[in-house]
Amino acid sequence: MTMKMLRHFIAPAAAAGTFLLFAGCNPPGKSASAAAQTAETSSAAARTWVAPGDKDEFYLFYSGGHSGQVFVAGLPSMRHITTIPVFGRYPGTGYGYDEETKKMLGDYTWGDVHHPGLSKTDGLYDGRWLFVNDNANNRIARIDLRDFKTRQILGPIPNSMGNHGSSFVTENTEYVLVATRFSVPLPKGRYADPNDYAKEFNGAVSGIRVDPKSGEMSVGWQIITPPFDWDLGSTGKGPSSGWAFWTSYNTEMAHDQLEANASQGERDYAAIVNWRAAEAAVKAGRATLLDGVPVLDPAKVPGVLYYLPVPKSPHGIDTDPSGRWIVASGKLQPIASVFDFTKIQAAIEKKDFESEFRGVPVIRHDAVLEGEVPVGLGPLHTQYDGKGNAYTSLFIESAVAKWKMPPWTAEERADLNKVVLDKITVHYNIGHLVIGGSETRQPYGKYLVAMNKLSKGRHLSVGPSQPEDSELIDITGQKMAVLYETFTEPEPHFAQILKADAIKPIEVYPKAENTDPDAVWDAKDTGVTRHGHVVEVKMIAIRSHFTPDRIDAQEGDELVIHVTNVEQTPDMIHGLGIVEQNVNLVIDPGETKTVRLTMKKPGVFPFYCTNFCSALHQEMQGYLAVKPATVATAP
Amino acid sequence: MNAPAQPVGAAAVDRPVLRDFLRREHRFLRRPLNLWSRGLLVLAAVAVAVAALLPLWQIRLVAPQYQEGLTLQIYAHKLVGGNNGQDLNEINNLNHYIGMKPLVQADFLEMRWVPFALGIFALLALRSAAIGRMISLIDLGVLFLYFGAFSLGSFYFRLYTYGHELDVHAAMRIKAFTPVMLGSQQIANFVQTSLPQSGALLLGIFPLLIGAAVWCSRKEEP
Repeated sequence: MTMKMLRHFIAPAAAAGTFLLFAGCNPPGKSASAAAQTAETSSAAARTWVAPGDKDEFYLFYSGGHSGQVFVAGLPSMRHITTIPVFGRYPGTGYGYDEETKKMLGDYTWGDVHHPGLSKTDGLYDGRWLFVNDNANNRIARIDLRDFKTRQILGPIPNSMGNHGSSFVTENTEYVLVATRFSVPLPKGRYADPNDYAKEFNGAVSGIRVDPKSGEMSVGWQIITPPFDWDLGSTGKGPSSGWAFWTSYNTEMAHDQLEANASQGERDYAAIVNWRAAEAAVKAGRATLLDGVPVLDPAKVPGVLYYLPVPKSPHGIDTDPSGRWIVASGKLQPIASVFDFTKIQAAIEKKDFESEFRGVPVIRHDAVLEGEVPVGLGPLHTQYDGKGNAYTSLFIESAVAKWKMPPWTAEERADLNKVVLDKITVHYNIGHLVIGGSETRQPYGKYLVAMNKLSKGRHLSVGPSQPEDSELIDITGQKMAVLYETFTEPEPHFAQILKADAIKPIEVYPKAENTDPDAVWDAKDTGVTRHGHVVEVKMIAIRSHFTPDRIDAQEGDELVIHVTNVEQTPDMIHGLGIVEQNVNLVIDPGETKTVRLTMKKPGVFPFYCTNFCSALHQEMQGYLAVKPATVATAP
Repeated sequence: MNAPAQPVGAAAVDRPVLRDFLRREHRFLRRPLNLWSRGLLVLAAVAVAVAALLPLWQIRLVAPQYQEGLTLQIYAHKLVGGNNGQDLNEINNLNHYIGMKPLVQADFLEMRWVPFALGIFALLALRSAAIGRMISLIDLGVLFLYFGAFSLGSFYFRLYTYGHELDVHAAMRIKAFTPVMLGSQQIANFVQTSLPQSGALLLGIFPLLIGAAVWCSRKEEP
């Protein structure tokens, strides 16, 4: 019985209900039997159902966009599990309130996280770190997946403005590669008139070196580029090992009205970067120092940079699991261009260049193009399932196209419409999409998550500030199937998917590993000591008390509190909130945190455990008693 | 079968029966131990020595928020919490709410003398095997039963004391209790289960081996 017939025969109210139920799954112009729809819906529910107490199969690490954070969800349930604060304060975990994280955040109160990148060994995820970029303040951060904590924020990176084109991790996490979205007069801090943009402004591609043991990041080298707006990128593997690729969208080098002025050219240049050659050139002493960083001029160091024309205002450029195929798509042209890296290498060897731009060769587009796949309107990013299929997000069309990667038959090659296998509508205006392990040698290829920019009308109304929309798509069959839809806070751009069993995070900080010199573990070692105007407190927190639970100070004193949560039991987290003092520490089991504050006003300020810990959690409190300064100075 | 004759007859029979029993007992105690018995005694010595290294008893606590359970393994010489010792800290931490004294190994005097006693029993079993006399087996068996009864009594007394000497100033006041020694019981949100472990089973085998050694040489002639 078709939907149409149902609506004729069933009472209007019921029919309206039925229609609402199915409207989401039934794109206009298609019809499916009601019975089939029901079966599909229930099996979708079964496929995403993770029963209470059961665990998801995959982690999903969403970038949090301008929230500055990373959101962690489980797949296939799509349940939000936790938020990892990175570039912004996060009261829930006390991030940005203790001295260590305050120092890491510096003076910035926010960041703009776009593209998380998991660390890799031998081209596969190794589950050690997650790197995320800050588009706004040119930083890059490392999250340790042992404890899901931000452990380092590097930056602002010198000579780098608008850190959008990252975090692209090389095959063995030698580097996190970064490219600039914006260009400015370099070194930063130098003034030049924006009218002299083409002459005075520059961008850069940076190699952020990662210490293989500690993960500590440092700026390795940079290649100074013309002021194109570098966009998305990816790193090579297999035949393209040692290379990296970025698109750009302003080869016109416009400095105003970019919407039109940067959209004039039919093609923009992609950067084809030989990062191993750049590394070697820096080692060979061919770099000059700019703002403390060894920088390479690609005109003077041939072989580190090539340009490849890509139509038109391209966004994503994604290397496939084999490392041979590189797919770039132009936002303003309904095709995905497939380039063959072996042909790129041959063209470089034969110097098959169509021109040169400021001393950098431009590879002849037609010499390296394998084909242009008519995927649909507004193609942005491409992901791979490892079974020979590519999936491209179509922003304008609000859809995902599934298409067949080369090698193509002569028949397919004659009409590449034939390699477009399936298309599915998403809601609405998809940006990135992610398949687990797409940029590794072995994608998981089970689920695809579409991250949609507009969610209007898809959720209970929450007023004008609207959440983002994510849809879980099953890609195991011939046809894609939407399984689930959920909403996140602003604003996931890209995400990473990791098999749950790839990591085994700790759940308490082992006492033996706590090296904080101010940690105390026994009530007898706690206390309040005064050195001049500095009052130092060594405190322990344990169910359901603080020791000491009284702190005496005077107005004008500097108060330093070191609090150790001496618990070694998972989830036995304590907080230390001091009322009207803006103190909010959250201390995980086995962790020590420090806060410094000046006693600006006299009075008695209660402190208490903020993180519900035990039956007598409410009783876990104490007093900070601050005498007025006059009393202190009175004879 | 006349009634008056019976006391006389009984007294007359009694004396030779008792004398006979004592004589047989004396003869029995002087019986040498055959190879089987000596072998069993060596096994008994090994059992008691190994028991000194194995857990004797386990106390396990399970609650809704402790599905994985908190365990406490009691050895002859040490107290070991599960989860790398963390469970003992957790048990003590929870017990402080009801005012129970923390379980600290140093407080258990038993953990000093019990390993020593087990060593003595191993040596005595080897001695019996070496000298091969029935009488020493009887000494060994009786001493061990006394040791076993005393140890279990002492264990029970410990449990009783910890459950009854609760700090009246504690946050939660609960009725004094004795943690169960064998089996399970509910205490507030916890199900406490207490069971003997491999070490205790070996100690249980020890008197059985002694008994078997007696049985095997029961007819040996000096």
